[in-house]
Amino acid sequence: MIKVEKRNDISRSIYFLTPVLAIFLTLFGGGIIFFILGFNPIEALKFFFITPISDLYGLSELLVKATPLCLIAIGLSFCFKSNNWNIGAEGQLIFGGIVGGGVALLFYNHDGFYVLPIIILSGAFGGMLFAMIPAILKTYFNTNEILVSLMLVYVAKLLLDYLVVGPWSNPEGFNFPETRQFSESARMPILFDGLRIHAGIFITLITVFLSWLILYKTYLGFQIKVSGLSLKTAKYAGFKGKTMIIIVFMISGACAGLAGVGEITGPIGQLHRNISPDYGFTAIIVAFLGRLNPIGIIFASLIVALTYLGAETAQIFLQVPKYTGQVFQGMILFFLLGSDYLLFFKIKFLGLKKNEL
Amino acid sequence: MYKLFLRSLISVLFLLGFSLNANAEFKVGFVYVGPTGDHGWTYQHHEGRNAVEALGIKTTYVESVPEGADAERVIRQLAQSGHDLIFTTSFGYMDPTNKVAKDFPNVKFEHATGYKREHSNVSTYSARFYEGRTLLGHMAGKMTKTNTIGYIASFPIPEVIRGINAMTLAAQKVNPDIKTKIVWVFTWYDPGKESEAAQALIDQGADIIMQHTDSTAPVQVAEKAGVWSFGQASDMQRFAPKSILTSIIDDWAPYYVERSIAARDGTWKQQDTWHGLKEGMVAMAPYNSAMGSDLVKEVEQLQKDLASGKAHSFTGPIYDQKGNILVAEGAVADDGMLAGMNVYVKGVEGDIPQ
Repeated sequence: MIKVEKRNDISRSIYFLTPVLAIFLTLFGGGIIFFILGFNPIEALKFFFITPISDLYGLSELLVKATPLCLIAIGLSFCFKSNNWNIGAEGQLIFGGIVGGGVALLFYNHDGFYVLPIIILSGAFGGMLFAMIPAILKTYFNTNEILVSLMLVYVAKLLLDYLVVGPWSNPEGFNFPETRQFSESARMPILFDGLRIHAGIFITLITVFLSWLILYKTYLGFQIKVSGLSLKTAKYAGFKGKTMIIIVFMISGACAGLAGVGEITGPIGQLHRNISPDYGFTAIIVAFLGRLNPIGIIFASLIVALTYLGAETAQIFLQVPKYTGQVFQGMILFFLLGSDYLLFFKIKFLGLKKNEL
Repeated sequence: MYKLFLRSLISVLFLLGFSLNANAEFKVGFVYVGPTGDHGWTYQHHEGRNAVEALGIKTTYVESVPEGADAERVIRQLAQSGHDLIFTTSFGYMDPTNKVAKDFPNVKFEHATGYKREHSNVSTYSARFYEGRTLLGHMAGKMTKTNTIGYIASFPIPEVIRGINAMTLAAQKVNPDIKTKIVWVFTWYDPGKESEAAQALIDQGADIIMQHTDSTAPVQVAEKAGVWSFGQASDMQRFAPKSILTSIIDDWAPYYVERSIAARDGTWKQQDTWHGLKEGMVAMAPYNSAMGSDLVKEVEQLQKDLASGKAHSFTGPIYDQKGNILVAEGAVADDGMLAGMNVYVKGVEGDIPQ
C-alpha cells in the first residue's frame, strides 16, 4: 500500500534548488531523446546550450529574447502569488503593442527626446487597461478570470489584424499587412554597434528591482502574499480584496504592455501580425520556473530564452527538428512540477496488512 | 609546459583546419515560415531544397521561423555559419533579409515574394501564379452550372487580387454570366477558417471552390458537398480525388538549382525574377478526366499558348467594377501594372477590404 502525506518541514534552500534539479533532469532527458533520434547526445546538447551563447552576438540575442519573457513573468508573479490566474498576458502584450505602435505612428517623422518615453508609457498603459477588463469582471461580476483573460487574447489578436490590414497599413506597402517602419526617434536605442541588445533591458532591470521592493518591502506585497497563502486569512485580516485584485492585474498588464512596446520599438520596428511568438504564454513557464521570485525569474527567463536559440542552432548545425525546443520547455516544466510534488508530499510504502488481502 | 604547448598547438591546428574546411565547402541555407510537412507553401520550398541537395550541394534549413524579431537572428546565424547563399521564403522576412545582407556583402540572399532589394547581394523572386488562375477560370467558366464561383482569398495584396482578376477574366471569356464571390479569411493557413469559408460560399450557390490559401481543408469541404474545386501550391488531388479538377503547383526546384549553381560558380547576379508557366515555376497537376476530353484539350492548348506568349492572362479590353477601361482593346497589361494591381475587374462582387 502506498500512502501520500504532506511534508511540514520544507527547507528553503531545497525549494529554490529543485528548479536547478529540473534543468539537469531536462538535460539528461534531452540527451536520451537526442540519442534515440540518432544524434550524438553530447554534441547535440553542446549545439543546443553552448554554441548559441559562445560569442557576443549570441549573448546579446539571448538577452533580447529573455527581456520580454522576464518582464511578463515578473508581472505575472504578482497575479500568481495572490491566487489570480491571469492567462492572458499575450493579449495584454499585443494590446500594449497596439497602443504604443499607434502612438509611434502618430509621431511618424517627428523628432524629439520625448517621443520614445511617451510611446513606452502609452504601451504600458495599454497593457494595463486591457488587464483591468478581467480584473473588474472578476471583482464586480464574479466571472472566471482564467477564461476572460484567455479569450481576450483573441480579441487583441483580431484587433491587431484589423489595424495592420486596414487603417494602419503602410500606404507604400502594396497592401501587405504591416505598418510603416517607425521613425528613428521612436526606436529603442541600441547599446552596442552591430548587436541588437537595446535599452529595453534597463526597463526590465528597473521593473525587477521595483517588483522586489513592492513584494518584499511594502504592505501591498504582504497583502499579496497572505492572499496567496490563504484567502480566508486575508479576509479575516481585513484586507481589501477587490482593490488588491485590480492592482495586481494592473501591474501584470503594464509589464506585458511594456514587453510588447519593447518588441515593436526594439528589434521589430513596426507593427505586423506576428509581433509576439507567444511570449505571453511562455512567460507562464518562466514565472513558475523562477518560483515567482524576481531573481529566480531573471535566471528562468535566460534559460527558457536559451531553449529557443538552441533549437535554431541545433537545426542549423545538425538538422535536429525545430520542435525539440518546445520539448525542452515542456520537460523543464514537467520535471519541476514532478519534483515539487515530491518536495511537498512524502510517499510512504507501507507493508500490506493481512486483513486487506 | 611542453605538454601545454603541444596541447595548444593541436587545438590551434584543429581550429584552423575546421575553419578552412568551413570556408571551402559551398553551402545553401533555407528559412521556412511553416513546418516542412504543411502540404502547401513550405512543403514546395522544401522540395526545391531537396533538388539542390540532390546535386551534391550541402544545404541547411530552419523551419517554422516566426516573421517577428526571430527571423533576423536565424538569417544572420546562417550567414555567420558559412552559408554562401540563403533563400528566405516568406514575405515577412523582407526587412530582416535586407538588414543582414548589409552586414554580409559576400553572402548572397534570395527573398521570395518581396519587393525590396536594398543591397547588391539581395535578389527577389516570385512566380506568375496568375497564369495558373487563367486556366482555372477557363475550366470554372465551362464547368459551373450556377454561374457562381467561390473564391477563398487570404490578404488583399496585389498577388491575390491579380489571381482573382485573372480567373474572372478567363471565366467571363467562356461564360459571360459568371459571378465571382469572395471570402477574405486573412490568413495563409488556417484549416478551420478555410473550411468555414468554403461552406459559406457553397451555401451561397457556388459550385466551384477556389482558394488562395494553403491548407487542404477547402478541397475536402468541396469533395463532401459534391462541388468542383482546385488545389493550391502542391498537388492536392489525393485529398479530394473526385472534386479536384487540377492544382496549381509552385515548382521552385529549377530556380533553386539554377541560382545555387550560379552562386557556387561565381556567376550569381542580383535580379528580380518573375517566372511562370514558360519557365516551369508555375506548373499544373494532371487534369481531372471528369471534365471531358474536349475541355482538357482546350485547357492544354491554352496552357501552351500562355507559356509561349501567344496568349496573355490580362489582354484588353479589361474594365474595372465601375466600367472604366483599365487595359485597351488589343493591349496587354505590363508588369508594372500587374505588380501593383489593387482594383477588381468587372464581374467580381464586393469591395477590396481596405
